[in-house]
Amino acid sequence: MEKRVTFNERWLPYLLVGPQMIITLVFFFWPSGQAIYQSVLIEDAFGGNSKFVFLDNFINLFSDAGYYASARLTVVFSFLVAAIGLAFSLLLAVMADRIIRGATAYKAFLVWPYAVAPAVAGVLWGFLFNPSVGIIAWMLQGIGIEFNYVTNGNQALLLVVIAAVWNQISYNFLFFLAGLQSIPKSLIEAAAIDGAGPGRRFWDIIFPLLSPTGFFLLVINIIYSFFGTFGVIDALTKGGPGHATNILVYKVYNDGFRGQDLGGSSAQSVILMIVVVALTFVQFRFIERRVHY
Amino acid sequence: MVENRPFLTMLSHLVVILGVIVIAFPVWMTFVASTHSQETMLQSPIPLLPGPHLLENYTKVLTEGYGRVGSTAVTMTLTNSLIMALGVALGKIAISIISAFAIVYFRFPGRMYFFWAIFVTLMLPVEVRIVPTYGVVANLGMLDSYGGLIIPLIASATATFLFRQFFLSVPDELTEAARVDGASPMRFFWDILLPMSRTSIAAMFVIQFIYGWNQYLWPLLITTKESYYTVVMTVSRQANVVDSVPSWNLLMAMAMLAMLPPVLVVVFMQRQFVRGLVETEK
Repeated sequence: MEKRVTFNERWLPYLLVGPQMIITLVFFFWPSGQAIYQSVLIEDAFGGNSKFVFLDNFINLFSDAGYYASARLTVVFSFLVAAIGLAFSLLLAVMADRIIRGATAYKAFLVWPYAVAPAVAGVLWGFLFNPSVGIIAWMLQGIGIEFNYVTNGNQALLLVVIAAVWNQISYNFLFFLAGLQSIPKSLIEAAAIDGAGPGRRFWDIIFPLLSPTGFFLLVINIIYSFFGTFGVIDALTKGGPGHATNILVYKVYNDGFRGQDLGGSSAQSVILMIVVVALTFVQFRFIERRVHY
Repeated sequence: MVENRPFLTMLSHLVVILGVIVIAFPVWMTFVASTHSQETMLQSPIPLLPGPHLLENYTKVLTEGYGRVGSTAVTMTLTNSLIMALGVALGKIAISIISAFAIVYFRFPGRMYFFWAIFVTLMLPVEVRIVPTYGVVANLGMLDSYGGLIIPLIASATATFLFRQFFLSVPDELTEAARVDGASPMRFFWDILLPMSRTSIAAMFVIQFIYGWNQYLWPLLITTKESYYTVVMTVSRQANVVDSVPSWNLLMAMAMLAMLPPVLVVVFMQRQFVRGLVETEK
């Protein structure tokens, strides 16, 4: 899309894009270039000397079992976050859509978790499941389940998933609700006249018409669980116990800042950048189609 | 609804109410914990209803702060968070709206290059390139400063795209009329375009304020002086200190204070918030 009517100025447009371009160059292109540059170097532990090693950092990474474990974990984690989050918010949205009276009040009660910082969400859920004072941990103990996310890897992963889902629920809910409300009522009425019950109407009409929204949210949730959950993990488990919650984005930070392995961390950054670009591409391709479904 | 099914309506209410309870439960427990004394919070099970120490706990964290790794008064961390959130939101809006104006309303050599250069920034969250970005900021001597907290985060494409989208929907007749009347581009921008963009600006502001307020990793890395700590990072830092007896009551009071401003923004500006969410994804 282009404007038909424009202004003719020689220098003004450069002045206007200038601030954003300078900031983008300095804080985006420069560091991204650095990441690519560092990913082919090995720096010795005392700084100063660095050696060009071509693709060694990448080869090391791909022959490292720990990296595969982290990648596998990231896939499992994002699958859980997306599946649980989407199922739960779809249920809430479908039910809220049925309610005519008081719907706005319910909406107000459901949108605010978006505003809670991931790191704070982590602290909140950590408190609920805290092995010594956590109320849910206490209840679980009452029914014979020993819950200790500090030592049990699977439980730690579960807790991180719960906190991440909780933080993202309002986003999913709002988009599902908007999607539901854009389905023409006449379609649903026609099906009802033909004798289709609510369940049948949901699976045969609402669900297929909602699938573009669902697919869009799926991509967003995967991107979110890949990158947006850093705060949750850092506040709750710091990637542990062991490496039970050490997903890729956390590993970049861990290896780079704690492990001081700049080359390896940069190589991981580069791989993650490729993943994000691919995901964004999928998302954009899809959004084009979403417009005329 | 197409038909009257009292049972289903009841069920819908029930499910949504249950959902609301499940979602609100962590915050309720946080609030409860912030109103008890430290001793009460050390016995399991902890109480489910608020206690009498609300004022005492909040006054303490606000004025003295709480912490086993250096305590910072929460009034100060709240102020820092506010500066950072406002700086990020307003900075992003300011630089994005003028660059969108340039890209939509002018034809100039290199225009498409600028457009794509901004577009690719859409793709990479700061977490992915955190190590080199830290390096750049350190090289520029911007560690421990508000500039370092804010400026690297305002380079992002979402706002530019939102404003571009909006400008493209503004009728050309307005521009023509302004040109016929002899208005300069900047005059057109200030007197016509900016007032028309009010709702988009408000929607963008809500989203970016929350984004700025909730930043965690970035302030954690680039601040070493307590006078620049933000509230979100201190909550999580204090929660992470193991050993010693944690004062859950004070920690949770701090968490409540860290959540309150962005939650209030979302609740009171709900229309703009929803609009902002939907539009930034277009």
